Amino acid sequence: MKLMVSFSRKKVSEPIIARAVMDTGVLINVERARIEPTEGDVLIDVPDESARTVCMKMRELGATVSVLRDAIIRDEDECVDCGACISVCPQEAFSFDSDWKLSLDQPRCVLCGRCIQACPHGALSLQK
Amino acid sequence: MRDKYSTMEKSIDEINTRIHDGNARVVTAEEMPDIVAELGEEAALREVDVVTTGTFGAMCSSGAFFNFGHADPPIRMERVWLNDVEAYGGIAAVDAYIGATQQSTTQGDRYGGAHVIEDLISGRSIELRAISRGTDCYPRRTVTTNLLLEDFNDATMLNPRNAYQCYNAATNSTDRILHTYMGTLLPNCGNVSYSGAGVLSPLANDPTYRVIGSGVPIFLGGAQGMIVGEGTQSSPATGFATLMTTGDLTRMSPDYIRAATFQGYGVTMYVGLGVPLPVTDLTVVRSTAVRDEDLTTGIVDYGVPYRDRPTLRRISYAELKSGRIELDGEEVKTSSLSSYRKAREVAETLKNWVEMGSIDLALPTRRVDRTRRTHPMRETNLVPRVREVMETKVVCITEDEPITEAALKLLRGETNHLPVLNGDHRLVGIVTTYDVTKAVARPDDRVAVRDVMTRKVVRTTPEEAVDIAAQKLDRNNISALPVVDPQNRVIGMLTALNLGKLLGGRWKA
Ligand code: SF4
Ligand code: SF4
Repeated sequence: MKLMVSFSRKKVSEPIIARAVMDTGVLINVERARIEPTEGDVLIDVPDESARTVCMKMRELGATVSVLRDAIIRDEDECVDCGACISVCPQEAFSFDSDWKLSLDQPRCVLCGRCIQACPHGALSLQK
Repeated sequence: MRDKYSTMEKSIDEINTRIHDGNARVVTAEEMPDIVAELGEEAALREVDVVTTGTFGAMCSSGAFFNFGHADPPIRMERVWLNDVEAYGGIAAVDAYIGATQQSTTQGDRYGGAHVIEDLISGRSIELRAISRGTDCYPRRTVTTNLLLEDFNDATMLNPRNAYQCYNAATNSTDRILHTYMGTLLPNCGNVSYSGAGVLSPLANDPTYRVIGSGVPIFLGGAQGMIVGEGTQSSPATGFATLMTTGDLTRMSPDYIRAATFQGYGVTMYVGLGVPLPVTDLTVVRSTAVRDEDLTTGIVDYGVPYRDRPTLRRISYAELKSGRIELDGEEVKTSSLSSYRKAREVAETLKNWVEMGSIDLALPTRRVDRTRRTHPMRETNLVPRVREVMETKVVCITEDEPITEAALKLLRGETNHLPVLNGDHRLVGIVTTYDVTKAVARPDDRVAVRDVMTRKVVRTTPEEAVDIAAQKLDRNNISALPVVDPQNRVIGMLTALNLGKLLGGRWKA
């Protein structure tokens, strides 16, 4: 399960990811991170069964946590199956099936947003 | 019965008769190679009557002629806008041509000529605005009205340059992302983007232009269209022929005409196009037996901002379609800009049309001139080079001089940038007034120029076009470029000031 962890330096003084891993013993996979001097957000992937524990720990440490589902959505009417999105995705989330139809493997996506910009047909968007 | 074809030729009339009788054997260009491999060329000629091709991709060189009918009082439209996209009005009074890539005056690259065309085909109404100076016979000066496609007298698509025989694949060797008409190109050759349907591509199946030429009926945008002749910039002698095509917009379908925007490049239109190839002789059999493995193109480096971009390697469509290729020992992801699924749909639809007898085939009334080739532009006013505008009096500093010396030179030289040289007089860095001020304001143990200089220097050469140098300044958000010779010795400086003088409003310093 993907969790978006946001924090500000005022509230969070510790390295929270490291702290959460140590305290919960759950292996956390960091998929994307944006760290500014005063705040930051980190997209993490954790095993479904440990999501609750990790969530609680992060909140205890002062961060806000939200669960992410179905991040990138594709408008099937706009999509022409050109494939322009395939090679720009760092996670190889897109591929063609045997009929040259585009398929999207959601769980791979780390929400970098590159494909949204690259799609000439405006078929991809971010579901909030 | 088919023995009469033992002469190894079939006339177009025989093929059309078969189509009308419902006996024609029609296959797509994807099916043909296996048939030829299985039956042999001569049997394939007897067996197959028509091979259909198809492609669906970005065709920037597209547009449509319109006739809107006369207003009352009548107007001789001089400038015309459709949903704020300007159409060319320099033809008869109420005629105009809208180009697919023309952008809206109000919405920029989110809406353009291609969107106007797609909206019209989809049954949406558009706003026509036109102005004129008024004449005795056409007194009206302005007109504004909302129109549906059915309100037009004529709406004729005309694509001056379509259906490229071959198109380069693209990659990008620079260290920044490029936004091009070949899509998003990742830095350091991070991906390869290609276009074209390969085995289904019309001209790839008739590279000697035996059955493709003026007057040949085609599938265009979901309707029956026609090849006008060779397209603009067609270069059959170099294997890059193009076609000019036309069709009735009122019969087209949004399934096969789609507006699109390439980020950072602009508006374009995706067009579905297919040509039915009558199998009249062994030459046609052989050329339609081509496979993706046999069709090659070059991977071109779009990181080079000049017309003659280097080709990094040749590559077959089979490799490109596999999704991964090898480039300089690295595995690189590939993806297409054109849709192969849609290309198949075009070829299949065309196959249906022929089988149903709803399209008559014809041979070219005028053949493609195989000797023709395109030339680059003859430029009478050469693009200015850096050499012509650069500052030749350059104050430099060496890397082991003290920062205080740099401060003095900056003051005296009335400049904000000092190129830094090593013992061999080669460029190794640059210091700016800002670097020096910072070092003086926060004194620490850094005393020599080498401690505060920027080592990654963006530079230019005397022969570089000033437009390219201007792009470098813009992109890196800097205001001066050292000009170096091949030995990396500084021979000048190019500043925003020099460029501002030359390029004026277009490049604001
Ligand atoms: S780039 Fe857009 S239109 Fe092309 S396959 Fe991807 S989602 Fe579909
Ligand atoms: S947002 Fe990024 S990671 Fe997700 S599918 Fe698009 S390109 Fe891939």
